[in-house]
Amino acid sequence: MLNVSIYRYNPATDKAPYMQDIQVDTGGRDMMVLDLLEMVKTNDTTMSYRRSCREGVCGSDGVNMNGKNGLACITPLSEVVKNNKLVLRPLPGLPVIRDLVVDMGQFYKQYEKVKPFLLNDTPAPAIERLQSPEDRAKLDGLYECILCACCSTACPSFWWNPDRFIGPSGLLQAYRFLADSRDEATEQRLADLDDPFSVFRCHGIQNCVSVCPKGLNPTKAIGHIRNMLLGRAT
Amino acid sequence: MVTSITSYGRSGTADWLMQRVSAVILLAYFLCIGGFLVTTPDLSFDVWSSYFNTRAMRIFSLLAIISIAAHAWIGIWGVSTDYLTTRMAGANGDTLRWIFQAACAVLIFVYFVWTIEILWGV
Ligand code: SF4
Ligand code: SF4
Ligand code: FES
Repeated sequence: MLNVSIYRYNPATDKAPYMQDIQVDTGGRDMMVLDLLEMVKTNDTTMSYRRSCREGVCGSDGVNMNGKNGLACITPLSEVVKNNKLVLRPLPGLPVIRDLVVDMGQFYKQYEKVKPFLLNDTPAPAIERLQSPEDRAKLDGLYECILCACCSTACPSFWWNPDRFIGPSGLLQAYRFLADSRDEATEQRLADLDDPFSVFRCHGIQNCVSVCPKGLNPTKAIGHIRNMLLGRAT
Repeated sequence: MVTSITSYGRSGTADWLMQRVSAVILLAYFLCIGGFLVTTPDLSFDVWSSYFNTRAMRIFSLLAIISIAAHAWIGIWGVSTDYLTTRMAGANGDTLRWIFQAACAVLIFVYFVWTIEILWGV
């Protein structure tokens, strides 16, 4: 029997959130945390969480497992359970809608701010805008982000200023477009990031790097942005 | 994008750079003074004050005082905009932050003038 403690909150019926302790019979098998959640939900259909692809692609099941953010569908119990106990909470810092489901509005707003699309006013060529393999390689480690929010909700700077600090996820995407040879708005993008909050609230704590389920490195991308800003300012 | 009127340079890049440059200046300054203390066996008031009266030391000291004021302000400003906000400190967060920043600004200015007086006053 595995001791599981789950954050429960239904604003329609509960005055305050509480932790529900339950025992789950895993039959001694290792399984993904998402499988465990499905087992719990079979017994108690009121328990809510998000999921879709169940294979680490869609980014919808980011949760906090024994204190660390990650995707429930690709995190095996053996990796997170300590002393036969597993504590499941919603991603920290975002408003809770219900149980493990959080309101991602603030997170998406920051994503929107970085204009996550190519800006290019040159008339499009007949076939496509070509990119050399070298230039394309610059986007590796950036384009793979699935916007799961595990990183931004693990970042203290994002907790304190979620409305003004873009956060690791948004900044990784900001750099993804700054680094793209087909994008023409580099100067405008940098000017938009120059204020004291958007980029510079990052203090290099690297929580983001340690939780990213895709193995990406937002801190490194942030460092590149800072260097571009410094290059532009001096 | 709206910047903040109370940040030091109103640009995150300028603040960041200033914070680093002032840190390096302060490190060099204290190493310099520390080195002098270690390598001077008979330290008397005369030795100490004539050391500070050389032109190089005067320039260096003034630079260090300016650096410490800028460094302190940027640091205080950063900490207060993290913790003294309506999100972190309740409904009066903005007022609290304003008072705190104003108090720190005055204090830094007082220390600044006071230090100059100690070093070059009569
Ligand atoms: S390195 Fe920067 S973005 Fe990443 S968690 Fe730390 S403060 Fe946040
Ligand atoms: S950088 Fe990683 S942790 Fe952050 S949103 Fe993208 S995939 Fe998720
Ligand atoms: S369910 Fe899609 S990433 Fe986990």
